[in-house]
Amino acid sequence: MDLSLIVIVVIVTALAFDFTNGFHDTANAMATSIATGALKPKVAVLIAGVLNVVGAFLSVEVAKTISSGLVDEARISPVVIFAGLVGAILWNLLTWLLGMPSSSSHALFGGLIGATLVAAGAGAVNFGAVLSKVVLPAVISPVLAGVIALVATYLAYRTTSRADDGTVKRGFKIGQIGSASMVALAHGTSDAQKTMGVITLTLITAGVLAPNSGPPFWVILGSGLAIGLGTYLGGWRIIRTLGKRVSEIETPQGFAAEASTTAVILTSSHLGFALSTTQVATGSIFGAGAGRRLAAVRWSVAGQMAIAWILTLPSAAIVGAVAAWAASTGVVGTVIVALVAIAVAAGIYAASRRRPVTADNVNDVDDDAAIRHEPAVPA
Amino acid sequence: MKIDWASLGLVSVVSIAAGVVVVALFSLGLIGLSARVPERVGGPDDGAPTLSPAAGTAVAVVCFAAVVAIVLYGLYIIAF
Repeated sequence: MDLSLIVIVVIVTALAFDFTNGFHDTANAMATSIATGALKPKVAVLIAGVLNVVGAFLSVEVAKTISSGLVDEARISPVVIFAGLVGAILWNLLTWLLGMPSSSSHALFGGLIGATLVAAGAGAVNFGAVLSKVVLPAVISPVLAGVIALVATYLAYRTTSRADDGTVKRGFKIGQIGSASMVALAHGTSDAQKTMGVITLTLITAGVLAPNSGPPFWVILGSGLAIGLGTYLGGWRIIRTLGKRVSEIETPQGFAAEASTTAVILTSSHLGFALSTTQVATGSIFGAGAGRRLAAVRWSVAGQMAIAWILTLPSAAIVGAVAAWAASTGVVGTVIVALVAIAVAAGIYAASRRRPVTADNVNDVDDDAAIRHEPAVPA
Repeated sequence: MKIDWASLGLVSVVSIAAGVVVVALFSLGLIGLSARVPERVGGPDDGAPTLSPAAGTAVAVVCFAAVVAIVLYGLYIIAF
């Protein structure tokens, strides 16, 4: 059984999504470590990238369903998966351009839901599951992580207030390297698995793999490397937002935030709740900011993020739906969708070059027009 | 639609406990380590309970060992 064109296109698109997922989510693990200076920016993204690859190999949990039961997987074709991935990639790129830490998982789910709606009808989408598996956790998990980080930060400052200042600063700096690494590892495990699931399911529907088989080694390797490379390149725009624009983060806060993120993600994934790493990490950072001083948090940034989160699933769904409509007309339609997607991606990249954010200026928020009208709260 | 409130509650309680306990233990460990530094920030009369360097080291070792154990358990959960 040879690989047909559409299967190859889906695999390439899935790896491209995996790549955007990586650089979109570098901030989850490393934003506060970079902001506090616990790790140099380039070292931080290197550690995160390597741990994402390691994380991809860690889990023995095989061939997760790609959509967590949100859509009827028996009724979707490689073209639908392709269209869904296009929707997810474009939304990831747009939110990256805006520096918004939106959920890559929600983008993927949204793209798939939109594509499935067009290709297979509303009956193939399980709206109950959308509510209980996407909407409800999206509301609860960032709040939960935020509360934990708030309590933990408060405790960290209260208990160490009389301790030796130098020891405390150095200690939390080292602790932060460990806690950030845990977040990166957990991220590699959960998010690289999503891409492996997508590729494996495509290979199964194309008849290349037997039903119920796990991802072949080259799929694990490819997914791990794509997400690791994306992470290493670093989504500096989002790192800046989470590390500097939410609040001035100090090392005890960074440690508390990452410990809370890790606790929530590991506990919930162990008990079968698929959470968005991004939303948990963002909630933690807000909680950690508020734990030191409520007024030290720029709540207007929280408002912008909430809007981006609400828009993520429907926006990716609309792009996915349009892509599915065009791609299902045949090979020409699929090629057109691919070309348009590449053109839009190139356009977004070109737009990002006009005001580049790199490892060198990531902590330097003064040149960021977005906050020029919003004076920093005195620390 | 069925929402599993019991698991949701369990997730909340366990993650609150784990997150807060790790940070609290780490902070306590740092307090222990601070006792090894001769000059206190507030001087000897700042009213804080004094800890001998030996006791401080012991507290630090116990706390950091507990943190490491929790982290290892976390790694075990990721991998299996």
